[in-house]
Amino acid sequence: MSILVDKSTRLVVQGVTGGEGTFHTQQMIEYGTNVAAGVTPGKGGTSYKGNEKDQFAREVPVFNTVAEAVQQEGANTSVIFVPAGFAADAIMEAADAGIRLVVTITEGIPASDMIKVYEYLRAKNVRMIGPNCPGIITPGECKVGIMPGFIHKEGRVGLISRSGTLTYEAVWQLTERGIGQSTCVGIGGDPVIGTRFIDAIKLFHEDGGTDAIIMIGEIGGTAEEEAAEYIKKHVKKPVVGFIAGKTAPPGRRMGHAGAIISGGKGTADEKIKAMREAGIIVAESPALIGETLERVLKSHGKEAKGKSAVAKPSKTVPTKRPPKNKSNIRRKK
Amino acid sequence: MKIHEYQGKEILKKYGVPVPLGKVAFNVDEAVRAAEAVGGSVWVVKAQIHAGGRGKGGGVKLARNIDEVRQRSSEILGMRLVTHQTGHEGRIVKRLLIEEGMNIARELYVGITLDRARSQNVVMASTEGGVEIEKVAAESPEKILKEYVAPGVGMQKFQARKLCFGLGLTGDAFKNGVKFLLALYKAYESSDASLAEINPLVITQEGKVLALDAKINFDDNALYRHPEFAELRDLDEEDPLEVEASSSNLNYIKLDGNVGCMVNGAGLAMATMDIIKLAGGMPANFLDVGGGASAKTVEAGFRIILKDPHVKTILINIFGGIVRCDRVATGVVEAAKNIDVKVPIVIRLAGTNADLAADILKNSGLSFLVAANLKDAADKVTKAIAA
Repeated sequence: MSILVDKSTRLVVQGVTGGEGTFHTQQMIEYGTNVAAGVTPGKGGTSYKGNEKDQFAREVPVFNTVAEAVQQEGANTSVIFVPAGFAADAIMEAADAGIRLVVTITEGIPASDMIKVYEYLRAKNVRMIGPNCPGIITPGECKVGIMPGFIHKEGRVGLISRSGTLTYEAVWQLTERGIGQSTCVGIGGDPVIGTRFIDAIKLFHEDGGTDAIIMIGEIGGTAEEEAAEYIKKHVKKPVVGFIAGKTAPPGRRMGHAGAIISGGKGTADEKIKAMREAGIIVAESPALIGETLERVLKSHGKEAKGKSAVAKPSKTVPTKRPPKNKSNIRRKK
Repeated sequence: MKIHEYQGKEILKKYGVPVPLGKVAFNVDEAVRAAEAVGGSVWVVKAQIHAGGRGKGGGVKLARNIDEVRQRSSEILGMRLVTHQTGHEGRIVKRLLIEEGMNIARELYVGITLDRARSQNVVMASTEGGVEIEKVAAESPEKILKEYVAPGVGMQKFQARKLCFGLGLTGDAFKNGVKFLLALYKAYESSDASLAEINPLVITQEGKVLALDAKINFDDNALYRHPEFAELRDLDEEDPLEVEASSSNLNYIKLDGNVGCMVNGAGLAMATMDIIKLAGGMPANFLDVGGGASAKTVEAGFRIILKDPHVKTILINIFGGIVRCDRVATGVVEAAKNIDVKVPIVIRLAGTNADLAADILKNSGLSFLVAANLKDAADKVTKAIAA
């Protein structure tokens, strides 16, 4: 089992013929993701097999509109690689076409655009992950995003994070210990994002294939505190956390548009306190995330090395959910 | 991006937000001419720096005649202004705003920003103007009135009325207040601001409503839509190393510690800073080299980090996902040879081709301290600082 993406995911790549889109489509196909279609306005009716640098293992039909990709190829999930200035339009096109889950990798989208997109998606009951995020992966089944596939392993730990490479770090610490993951979600580092900690936590809470949850937050905003409140009330599964930015000074934007301590709010200490009060085991050091999770699993009598039985391909379409906030993009690592 | 008060007021004026008459001045003679051009019999001489709390720090003074304008201006220009937002080193004042004096009846607060928890803009107002609003928010949050703006339709008149009733405005002040708020929201939205804060908003004895101060920040992600804002950037207000880094497309923030760091990804960079502290050091910087981490970016990173004389050790932490560690290692070796780095370098490369990378570093003839994982990196930093 897993959340949001699995073998039933039929992916449409928006911006498939661009440099980033091409490279990552090739990587996603290689991982086994069912890339059903690509969209590049003006190139509809062709099929695309990559460029000189990155060749796909198979051809992908290209459409002018997302609506055609949905009608003709049954696409149910979209990933956005279009540049920041055009991303808001692309996201809304996907939502309008009946896509249920939009994963926005693009970094640098203006907050004012994302506020409108957020409202638009909410009215249509479409979920978004990102923007400015690495995407989402259900190991062994489906990778929608830019994360390196090989660091993941099938298993039963759900992971949610605001960051890119720090997520990879945490995943790698698990995989090196033989601990697999049910699904890993990078929710993005922007102030307005579609899926927040609390949304992903709810899904992991309800997912029969997830035994424990890792949440990796950072300074800025109060999303970690909201999630902690929910966990305190509802979540019985063990949760391990980490907050990056204990040493970050106030008033400075630490790379991510959302990572800023302002008006004395959004500090790491406040977040850690709220998380501990909710019973979350917070790792002191980012080097200890895997170790901490392993210890917690053992104390809960779960077999840490439990390799998940590969879930039967489920027929569920990604859950519909009101999206939350959003913001920028950048290509990653 | 931050801008000066006088620049913010220019923008507000364009959208019909009333501001006092005023002019910028870069020297004392200009200040005197500005006062004469503004006219009236009382002026306010205001230091222009990118930080709040200027009045308390002695950067805002009243002048009752032209001689006083000259005197106050020469006192403030060139002074090292220290406020609660500048840090102890303060800022040298290089620009002044000369404004007409006001008959102030009341001082209020208005601010517009993005409420992240709701993904909507929020307009806040309070009767507690002229003081640190963070304090009001912490001690008496009920004194801050809020109206959330529905995306797409923008701020509505009834919302402006609600806020003005809440502020206790009546008569002309009420009518002017409603207009003021609607114009301010328009200015905020049209310029893709991330913050528009008026503290204080003043009501004059004549019932006028004006922005006595103006703090406008822009959303960096939207600057491409506003090429006209590029000239508002004041490099004097930024750290020279940060300016240099931004010209190499590096995301660098200078800090006060002794361990420099170079990382790919903002979250991992913050986590690496935290590791440095846990290892007994203090981070000298935040530096995200982004996706590439090529020899060129690594070299630029080294140069910037090493310009800070307090750096005693450098920690490089790269998680190679799509970027291959062997390429990063080659880049680090090349850069280190070009620059002749004298301080110990702890390096941790994980992910794609990490083994190859370790060999490259080992065979480079340079004495890197190669760490197997994050924990090991922390231990090696501890030892390097102690040595």
